Amino acid sequence: MYQYTDDDQTLIEERVAQFRGQTRRFLDGELGGEEFKALRLMNGLYIQTHAPMLRVAVPYGLLSSRQLRKLAEVAREYDKGYCHFTTRQNVQYNWPELARVPDLLAELATVQMHAIQTSGNCLRNTTSDHLAGVSTDEIEDPRPYCEIIRQWTTLHPEFAFLPRKFKIAVSGSERDRAAVQLHDIGLYLVKNHSGETGFRVLAGGGLGRTPIIGQTVKPFLEIKYLLSYLEAILRVYNLHGRRDNKYKARIKILVKETGLEKFTAMVEDEWLRTRDGMLLDDERVAAMKAQFTPPAYDLHAADAPLAGLEDAGFARWFKYNTVEHRVAGYRVVFLSLKAPDSPPGDITAGQLDAVADLADQYSFGEIRSSHRQNLVMADVRQADLFTLWRKLDAIGLATANIGLATDMICCPGLDFCSLANAGSIGVAREINEALDDIDYLHDIGDLKINMSGCMNGCAHQSVGHIGILGVDKNGEEWYQLTLGGSSDNEAALGERLGPAVAKNRITRTVTDILAVYLQLRLEDETFLQTVNRIGLEPFRERVYADHKK
Amino acid sequence: MQIIKNKQLLAGDNWSFAADDSEIGDSGDITVSIERWKAAKHALLQRAGKTGLRLRPADDVAVLDGDLDGVELIELDFSGFGDGRPFSQARLLRSRLAYQGEIRAVGNYLPDQVYYLIRVGVNAFRLENEAQIPLVLSCMDDFSVNYQASSI
Repeated sequence: MYQYTDDDQTLIEERVAQFRGQTRRFLDGELGGEEFKALRLMNGLYIQTHAPMLRVAVPYGLLSSRQLRKLAEVAREYDKGYCHFTTRQNVQYNWPELARVPDLLAELATVQMHAIQTSGNCLRNTTSDHLAGVSTDEIEDPRPYCEIIRQWTTLHPEFAFLPRKFKIAVSGSERDRAAVQLHDIGLYLVKNHSGETGFRVLAGGGLGRTPIIGQTVKPFLEIKYLLSYLEAILRVYNLHGRRDNKYKARIKILVKETGLEKFTAMVEDEWLRTRDGMLLDDERVAAMKAQFTPPAYDLHAADAPLAGLEDAGFARWFKYNTVEHRVAGYRVVFLSLKAPDSPPGDITAGQLDAVADLADQYSFGEIRSSHRQNLVMADVRQADLFTLWRKLDAIGLATANIGLATDMICCPGLDFCSLANAGSIGVAREINEALDDIDYLHDIGDLKINMSGCMNGCAHQSVGHIGILGVDKNGEEWYQLTLGGSSDNEAALGERLGPAVAKNRITRTVTDILAVYLQLRLEDETFLQTVNRIGLEPFRERVYADHKK
Repeated sequence: MQIIKNKQLLAGDNWSFAADDSEIGDSGDITVSIERWKAAKHALLQRAGKTGLRLRPADDVAVLDGDLDGVELIELDFSGFGDGRPFSQARLLRSRLAYQGEIRAVGNYLPDQVYYLIRVGVNAFRLENEAQIPLVLSCMDDFSVNYQASSI
């Protein structure tokens, strides 16, 4: 993984010093609340229901064991002993004390971590594929480009005060695991007809209140033009994006209101004027690629057999929580942060420490976070899987549910967030209990349930196969459902099922929907395929049957 | 009111803004809107006093391409610190229009923004609050390293 230079280290330390000064000025009354809000958000600090919430950047989801141990230490020292992984691969602390945040950030800086631009109207953390570098369908490793983009976006002087937040995702594989089409800028590494690698560039995607799927603005962009093209898009957005209404300020609205053709022409015009002045040269790309070379794989890993499959629990975990690796004899292992009794994405300090040790022992000391709020050990020898499973099971991280109904994406909801209308975590737990039967769960198979506690859509409900959105009706929690959403290659926004259902009916509604699926599916059809084939009507009939009587 | 230019506190400053409907005398250094500049350039340049421009965030600097001869100051008027358009205006004035004169931030910007502003080509700052002079000067050096090319 990328190793910081002295300059990288200096920058994050100077950022800590800057934030320390800003916090002191605010606490001394020298800096107004509105001004401090803009500045603290750009350092990931929200003021929430109970306490400030601090979002720490995990660039493209990559962490070292050393960084994990620091996250654990910070969770103990500054929080209540746990933290939360988000849908953008970042980490959140829910209970830090404002006056101590500068110290917390100084601690993180000692392991090359920071909270720069994790919130606010600026360029956010660049996200990517959690299987980068190890998947079997990869065209090229996206991480070197992610790091180049991370550096370019960090404290960019021209684009620090955009109309609204701005998110970039990069995928280097055929299968999109990074929800690229739902980002302000999405980049797919592709090959052109001459076999050269470049980027397909999408713009104008985004979730939130008005979910929109991004559109292609450049089918093939040469690597050397990466930064000039990003700059052109950002400049057009900075100058022309709406600033009169925060709900219409994302680039997706600019693209929609301007029209794709005209927007693309504006970007091209800007780009043609600047592209030769900021080329990304081959040497820089090569040097960055050298930071992401494969680890020293055991060349005989395939000789040592996979043992333990006669154990039903291990076999199930192997089936759902591990995937194929590009190197023979290795598997990619998912650590589920969706145990039935814990809020989705949460992990305790003790678990973090244990995972760090296991990563050192079994996966070259690295861990990734996925946008579905789980962790990944990317390089595990098959011979080690059984032992690793037992050790993960002992710390509650071996729930065999990756990709299944209980692998829900969920926002912190009313329990923590001042914006929420609904207690998403409690509802998630209730649904989890209803899907408790393992055989039933596995029979349902591949299913993505995404649940957000409010319109801001932090849990990406509009692209869940089943999307659940908490809404407020006269002070009561109600839930709106959508079916058929997807954040994969064939990205789609879910269609609304019908009127919102009351809190006491939400779990029943989900099990009704699943019953219709099990009844009407054809052979190996997944939930999403069935919904796409039969439409929503059969689901509506079942769910709203009571109302018709 | 104080001016910091090229990181130095200036002793005095004679510039003032002339609104579009105001009378302009022969003397005095004044800034005007782009519209007034376009409409009355020759008269403005005949005066004994110097002429500059004051840009609003919504102004398109491209209309000034090839039309900056005689302009000795460009003020970027921040309507609110959250509006980032002046950052792009400064960048374009320096790198695309090759404007070499003084670019000055005025209005509602934050001391915490001056480091970024210097990097996009702003080289002068008007301060309404003199008590902030030490803070603004120190903010200019918030960072000693950076990842992007600068306009200056």
